[in-house]
Amino acid sequence: MEILRSQKKISAQAAIPTLPVYRSAPSLEVRLEDFELFAIDRLRVLTGISNGLSRGKKPDEMEKLGNDLWKANMRHHDSSRMLDKDIISHFVLRLVYCRNEELRKWFLTHETKLFEYRFRVESVESQKALMAEIGFPYTAVGIGELEDMRENLNQVARSIGRQMLTSDALFFKVPFEEVPELISGRKVYIHKGFAYVAMNQAVNIVTGMFRSNLSKGLVLTNRKWTTTLKEQEKDRLTPIVEALSTSYLGPDYSQPKEYAEISIKDIDKVASSSFPLCMRHLFEKLREDHHLKHGGRMQLGLFLKGVGLNLDDALAFWKAEFSQKVGSERFDKEYAYSIRHNYGKEGKRIDYTPYSCQKIISSTPGAGDQHGCPYRNFSKENLEAALSKMGVSSRLMGDVMDKVKNRHYQLACTLTFEAVHASSCDSGINHPNQYFIDSQKILQAKVTNSTTVKNETT
Amino acid sequence: MTKEEIDNDRDDMMIDEREQQGFPLMQCVQEEFDPEQLKFYYGRLFPYADIYKWMSYGNDRKHPACDLSYFGRREFSFILGNDVYLRYQSFNSAAQMENSIKSKCPFKIDIGAVYSVDPAKRNAYAGENAFTPVEKELVFDIDMSDYDDVRYCCSGANICQKCWPLMTIAIKVIDSALREDFGFTHILWVYSGRRGVHCWVCDARARRLNNAQRAAIADYFHVYKVGNENSRKKVFLGGPALHPSLVRSYQQVLRPFFEEDLLCGQSLLETEEKFEKILEMIPDESITAKLRGEWLGNHHRSSNSKEDINRVRWEKLKSHLQSGKQKWLRRCIEEIIFSYTYPRLDMGVTKLTNHLLKAPFCVHPKTGRVCVPIDPKHCEEFDPMAVPTLSSLKKELDTPDLENGEGKKFESGRTSLDKSLTVFRLFLDPLLKSCKEEMEISYNAKLQQSKSSLTW
Ligand code: SF4
Ligand SMILES: [Zn+2]
Repeated sequence: MEILRSQKKISAQAAIPTLPVYRSAPSLEVRLEDFELFAIDRLRVLTGISNGLSRGKKPDEMEKLGNDLWKANMRHHDSSRMLDKDIISHFVLRLVYCRNEELRKWFLTHETKLFEYRFRVESVESQKALMAEIGFPYTAVGIGELEDMRENLNQVARSIGRQMLTSDALFFKVPFEEVPELISGRKVYIHKGFAYVAMNQAVNIVTGMFRSNLSKGLVLTNRKWTTTLKEQEKDRLTPIVEALSTSYLGPDYSQPKEYAEISIKDIDKVASSSFPLCMRHLFEKLREDHHLKHGGRMQLGLFLKGVGLNLDDALAFWKAEFSQKVGSERFDKEYAYSIRHNYGKEGKRIDYTPYSCQKIISSTPGAGDQHGCPYRNFSKENLEAALSKMGVSSRLMGDVMDKVKNRHYQLACTLTFEAVHASSCDSGINHPNQYFIDSQKILQAKVTNSTTVKNETT
Repeated sequence: MTKEEIDNDRDDMMIDEREQQGFPLMQCVQEEFDPEQLKFYYGRLFPYADIYKWMSYGNDRKHPACDLSYFGRREFSFILGNDVYLRYQSFNSAAQMENSIKSKCPFKIDIGAVYSVDPAKRNAYAGENAFTPVEKELVFDIDMSDYDDVRYCCSGANICQKCWPLMTIAIKVIDSALREDFGFTHILWVYSGRRGVHCWVCDARARRLNNAQRAAIADYFHVYKVGNENSRKKVFLGGPALHPSLVRSYQQVLRPFFEEDLLCGQSLLETEEKFEKILEMIPDESITAKLRGEWLGNHHRSSNSKEDINRVRWEKLKSHLQSGKQKWLRRCIEEIIFSYTYPRLDMGVTKLTNHLLKAPFCVHPKTGRVCVPIDPKHCEEFDPMAVPTLSSLKKELDTPDLENGEGKKFESGRTSLDKSLTVFRLFLDPLLKSCKEEMEISYNAKLQQSKSSLTW
């Protein structure tokens, strides 16, 4: 890709510690390619956090997960550029997620969580520096005063089941109005209108400030986006930004890597063993009706591309079905083009990657459409029927339906995966192609390892 | 109840429900309460000027920093003798308030929040937030009827000298926490006229609290929780140690009052029925069995002793719990005492900015007693039975005062209400002084600011 210079140059910024507070956009030159790649890496972190939270992980588990995700995705081969990557990716995602209330809320929540997890593992010294930078307005309680208060502070620590104070304990004197959640549980010592807030309790205040700064920032970014940037960048950044918020952010499944190719003759077999419900449904409908409307063709077609069906086989596959309904001539004229296009060198690459769960779940199928996510769109009865057909036992059915009821469709799909494969799926299902690949891995491992662990025993 | 509510869309049951229940107005007016006497009270004794001064918070002067609209944005509400309920009354001056009260002769006056605009004209302002509460005192409402499981002398709306110490405890505990912990200084305690007390915290900082902050403070005091029937526990004291604020309450108020007053006053361990309630709170079967055996068997012997049986049994119970190997059993003593003494708040009253509360110096329609202020420093001495009533006041005024003779300027000076006004002014004078000082400071700061911005 050619190197383009970003025109986003805003005021210069002084040196920033390892965890930036993202006060203002960087005056860095950004390669268009990095613009997108960095953002995708960061989005992987945020999506991972989101998955962890919706799975109900505990705060300490989340802190570890957040930092692990950060290390896994946000490293840069050039270590001097890690900070750049951090800052650039943050500001790109601001652009992506500033554009409506729902996006802003998602970004705000997860960026704040990420900041909190990273903040908690910083050293006390750099925590202090960050607090100063973020404008934390309360000063630490001086040693003399701390000594006077020590007995009471220890008493509070014991009353909430915490350790006694260490000699270097840090406390802040905060007007009680600022920490209602600490007051209501009597979690702090209060004296003459001031709450004595321990460092680990102050994190809430710090992240609250981070959140409100970011919230204001997003509103400004949005204003800027709608008034100037969107139009000004319509040939360059705008398509990327618009695609990023709906596009899937895990591994890139547009080019099948691990499982080179799949041929037409195998397709029925893998469909019944390794397709997620959304694709199974489209696949079966296609076999049944010899037709799919546009949304279904795109969802299934791109998925099959990701699975490893090459262009020629794809044409043959679709033609075999469609010609039964519309005749082969009409197929060649009206439908073949768009299939070629899906594999296309013609189109914009962004739009022709296989759809992620997020995108599929948020699609709105109309009458006669078969695409979308069945966990979301099917009636309870139909979904239960489809799941038991896939091999979900009635024992596990309840769990799956529970997730559906709480609108955690991807978790429902994950549980289905686990039930069907009798194997866990820790990363959760984020992409139909990921479902496929994970499934294939498990099945192939079973074939190579096992003697005759046939699944005929019920 | 027929409520003629002009505009009720913001009214989320903000009136004290329980006070309302004791309020089926005309029908059960007792001999104590005579609407004619009420007219007379409003005509000659109600302290309009003091109430106006209080509710103005220093904004009634000719100082450039005064907000002259302040008093006029305060909501008052009246319940009239014919059950008509008038919300969103507002007044622009002391005289207007006085005239309105005199002519309507309300059986009850409630005080609400200060709103963003004059509440009487709230409909003239369009938009979501045009009419919204901006300030209100932080208030507490404690009602004796919530203590029926720990008092044996009376129940429901009745009170007597034996159970009133529970209110004294509440005043002492809450008052000291408000001052020591939260740093408030302008705190008014008022007898509710029947079976409870109200508290008004009037510091500027308290008046500006939002709902979340009010709720946090209410929760800070929320130790006594009515759990389910099966739960032995009624108080939730938190982790392995008590919070310092609870320690202070326990040592300075709860334990002394429990051991020196309520234990014997309410005979908490005298009968089987009563001591079983306390034994229930001890989770160690072997100890409770031992105590039960002793108390049931030794009933006659201990009654010979000079010492009060409740005290003897309490000491026994304590020594059993304290000698036990398990440290956590000692916590039982604290739990018992907290359960029998710790203030029980009406949380809803404290949590909402726009909750209404009965005004001081109202007359309770069932008892005829005036809702007089209580000096928290001397709250042990307060006797709810000796509070001035409409009829006692009338009598005092009708009796010629020989010593002072004619020509006294203030009629209230000749009644027992005078003492209550003195108590009120102990609260009011320092409040107004600090209102003036705060106003001065913020005005000077503003002046300074505008000066320095002029030089730019
Ligand atoms: S969760 Fe994803 S993979 Fe599963 S059915 Fe829905 S869209 Fe398909
Ligand atoms: Zn009583």
